[in-house]
Amino acid sequence: MATPTMDKVEADAAAASHLITVTFRIRRFNPEVSADATWEDFQLEIDPKERVLDGLHKIKWDLDGSLTFRRSCAHGICGSDAMRINGKNRLACKTLIKDINPAKPITVEPIKGLTVLKDLVVDMDPFFQAYRDVMPFLVTTGNEPTRERLQSAEDRERFDDTTKCILCAACTSSCPVFWNDGQYFGPAAIVNAHRFIFDSRDEAGEQRLEILNDKDGVWRCRTTFNCTDACPRGIEVTKAIQEVKRALITRRF
Amino acid sequence: MPAGTLYRGREGMWSWVAHRVTGVLIFFFLFVHVLDTALVRVSPEAYDDVVATYKTPIVALLEYGLVAAILFHALNGLRVIAVDFWSKGPRYQKQMLWTVVGIWVVLMVGALYPVLGHAVREVFGS
Repeated sequence: MATPTMDKVEADAAAASHLITVTFRIRRFNPEVSADATWEDFQLEIDPKERVLDGLHKIKWDLDGSLTFRRSCAHGICGSDAMRINGKNRLACKTLIKDINPAKPITVEPIKGLTVLKDLVVDMDPFFQAYRDVMPFLVTTGNEPTRERLQSAEDRERFDDTTKCILCAACTSSCPVFWNDGQYFGPAAIVNAHRFIFDSRDEAGEQRLEILNDKDGVWRCRTTFNCTDACPRGIEVTKAIQEVKRALITRRF
Repeated sequence: MPAGTLYRGREGMWSWVAHRVTGVLIFFFLFVHVLDTALVRVSPEAYDDVVATYKTPIVALLEYGLVAAILFHALNGLRVIAVDFWSKGPRYQKQMLWTVVGIWVVLMVGALYPVLGHAVREVFGS
């Protein structure tokens, strides 16, 4: 009866052979313990084809239950787990360990420009307030039609890119202008304004343009392209902001 | 390592940083330039004295730095205008940046002799 045991040992060895040792260097902050944030290293065995989020789960579940971070769907749709991984904003659930050089420690920090509440959790209220301020909903006048509001494929294509936003804040918190002045609307709010400004069915484009024609509106954009690089949905954020700027100049949209 | 890390931005962010830095440097130059030119109203001799110090090799090196700052700021400024007003600008910003850097290098090589020639002759003899 020794064979099954041998099999199990071999299976374990085979199962472990694809694992690598990775160091997670995580920015920890707990206001109840200390006013300062510190770095903490965790070593774990992980399959390089797993995601950074899986590593964080392993840490939270097996090593240190106090590690705090947001995540919900874990599949790049809900936009909860935007964080700064190796210095860049990304979704932890869409970043594979093998793609970010696991030979070196992987740094994980909260996104910049928003108040850190604990570890990787930031206060998202200012971010969502800017989003609400651009009226991210359809505005129409007249009687409601008895059927759906039709639109040509070309009209739909006009704002297709900006419909992809999941409000993860990776763009807004990658923006140097936003880091320095949280009053700036930020890329995400402008992207969502763009989505309605260029929608042929919507009638509040002028109003939204006026909201963004503010000293903290689109004109604060310095085209650093950090938002475009950071967007996990591949939205050309800077392009959308520039289109809103041009719409403000030409009043054609 | 107590502080957080630097944001790892790409070409766009660093071109913006360089644009800011060169802009501030050019502002300081213009500030000094207005002062030294205004000096001629105070006394032409004092003006001559100040301008004479500008012929030293160290100032020639600073002038080369000024050429570098102005050329980058001007060329990248054209790129920013293209990003602002050309509908395909944002998509080609990286290519445009490398074009800017390429033209900048060529012009900097071209400026070597006119700007630094005199200083080189002075330091190493004619």
